[in-house]
Amino acid sequence: MVDKLLEFVQQLLNGLSQGSIYALIALGYTMVFGVLRFINFAHGDVFMLGAFAGFYIGPKTLALFGTGPSYPGMFAVLVVAMVLCAIIGIVIEKLCYRPLRDRPKLTVLITAIGVSLFLENAGQLVFGANPQSFPELITDRALEIPESWGAISGLTITVSQVLVFGITLLLLFVLRYVVMKTKLGMAMRALSFNPVAASLMGINNDVIISFTFGLGSALAGAAGILISIQQPSIDPLMGVNAGLKAFVAAVLGGIGNLPGAALGGILIGLIEALVVGYISPNYRDAIVFGVLILILIVKPTGLLGTSEREKV
Amino acid sequence: MIERSKILLLSALLVCAGLSHVAGGISPYYFDILIGIGINIILAVSLNLVNGYTGQFSLGHAGFMAVGAYASSWLTLKYGSSIGSGTLSTTTVFVLALLGGGLGAALSGLLVGVPSLRLKGDYLAIVTLGFNEIIKGVIQNAEPLGAQRGLGGMELHTNFFWTFAFAAITIYVVLNLVGSTYGRGFLAVRDDEIAAEAMGINTTKYKVLAFVLAAFFAGIAGGLYAHFKQFIHPEGFNFLRSVDIVVMVILGGMGNTAGVVVAATLLTILPELLRKVAHYEWLPDWLQQVAENRMILYSLLLIILMLTRPQGLFGNFTGKRNQRLQ
Repeated sequence: MVDKLLEFVQQLLNGLSQGSIYALIALGYTMVFGVLRFINFAHGDVFMLGAFAGFYIGPKTLALFGTGPSYPGMFAVLVVAMVLCAIIGIVIEKLCYRPLRDRPKLTVLITAIGVSLFLENAGQLVFGANPQSFPELITDRALEIPESWGAISGLTITVSQVLVFGITLLLLFVLRYVVMKTKLGMAMRALSFNPVAASLMGINNDVIISFTFGLGSALAGAAGILISIQQPSIDPLMGVNAGLKAFVAAVLGGIGNLPGAALGGILIGLIEALVVGYISPNYRDAIVFGVLILILIVKPTGLLGTSEREKV
Repeated sequence: MIERSKILLLSALLVCAGLSHVAGGISPYYFDILIGIGINIILAVSLNLVNGYTGQFSLGHAGFMAVGAYASSWLTLKYGSSIGSGTLSTTTVFVLALLGGGLGAALSGLLVGVPSLRLKGDYLAIVTLGFNEIIKGVIQNAEPLGAQRGLGGMELHTNFFWTFAFAAITIYVVLNLVGSTYGRGFLAVRDDEIAAEAMGINTTKYKVLAFVLAAFFAGIAGGLYAHFKQFIHPEGFNFLRSVDIVVMVILGGMGNTAGVVVAATLLTILPELLRKVAHYEWLPDWLQQVAENRMILYSLLLIILMLTRPQGLFGNFTGKRNQRLQ
């Protein structure tokens, strides 16, 4: 009985760190949807670019902070990857989405699919199609839980799991502060509420949209580094699956809703871990999409979303 | 009086029958491309009914193709030998299996169509993509269908005649349907769903119908593919295969059947040409690599097309009209 329970808790813990990654990516989808009302298909690939940014700058940056893996070095890599991804996100928006802003939504959607495919395939050309091993940024090991804690000591918790969850929480609080307390965040919320009224109030919509793309892409970049710390094998197509799952997470939480995206990400991570643990790893993807279809049929606005009335 | 379109269909079928005698003589390489063109035409023209004429956005056409391919292969593998030697000829069994595959795909199209009633645009795209993944996932776990190993052992039944006969039938059905009074509903749903509803059009019914019909023909295409390659694998029906078909529709112009047929033909030949280009020694290395990876070109094509010519390469009458209105 205790064994079964421990195994269950272990699955949940595994799901939690994977869910944090999904949450970070899902936030980007949701923020962009909030201001532009369209799904940035290429977002998952920005996550992939974040991982590869870490792959290329990792060893050099680590060398600045002494020899071997270190925490300051890891944070430096994280920040640089986030900045690079923010720039990439802003450039993508400027080149591909901005000229299409007044066009039908389908046009923008197709462009986004095109950008996504381009990043994936150009990535295969530039980085090579085979998986590469990510440089070791920190020394990962299992935390030692004292025997005196009883049954809990049977759990395996790794440093990277704690780190991923901790950094995700930190980023969520930073994001919350930026969106709720700063002027830029207020402008973002105003824009997502009513773009025309926002621009009448003196908000420069273009700047805010760029900022939103930058912010979302930076979070995706952070997720790219965090997942690579946990599973140090990266390839140019890693963003496809993660991106789709994160999108499902965003819809599950209610697209356009920031806490919803975080919640949805964690939930998807947990569901996935339980499916892998108790049913079969082969059904992992199918069940996540099943969840998406179910949520869209039962409650299309998601868990925390509010419905929007259709107007002529 | 027989309608003009019926005469055209009949003459197309006759031409197919005539050409199929000649087609056996060409080299296997070109024959392969030729059949590929026919299958892609069926896929693209049927997807055009959903993505072009009805204004929905399906990203899961390869999933329906998979259903058709597996269903028809299962039928011919199971019943081909037992019935084939008896009352029915093998060709009849093959065509019945194709139709069976088409019906199976249509049924799965119904499953996708029903949730699609409440979704549009981006959501629908993702849900259809999800269905594609689910279908793939189910096949990957189904032992009787070969699971991850793929399914083989089908006899070669697909020939020039059946491929292009079904292509002609697909074009005929789609064009006539959309041109009919009944089919105006599809265009109405695309142009303005709310207005169409206000006019008493059952938009739900039209959307589901579009999905079911498109899935049916995709299933037929899948059956033809399976009985041509004689081996099918779940990964052959993944998201990228769906994107291939979507690119054909977009390039040809959404809601422009003639354009889509041309685009399907061009995009089937293009990878073969690119493969040749990739071997030109005098080209710089990176260009050779780009040529080898057609998806880079496809994706750039998509982006540039959307930025400069969203109505597709071959233009689209309704597209122009809409622009004028705006």
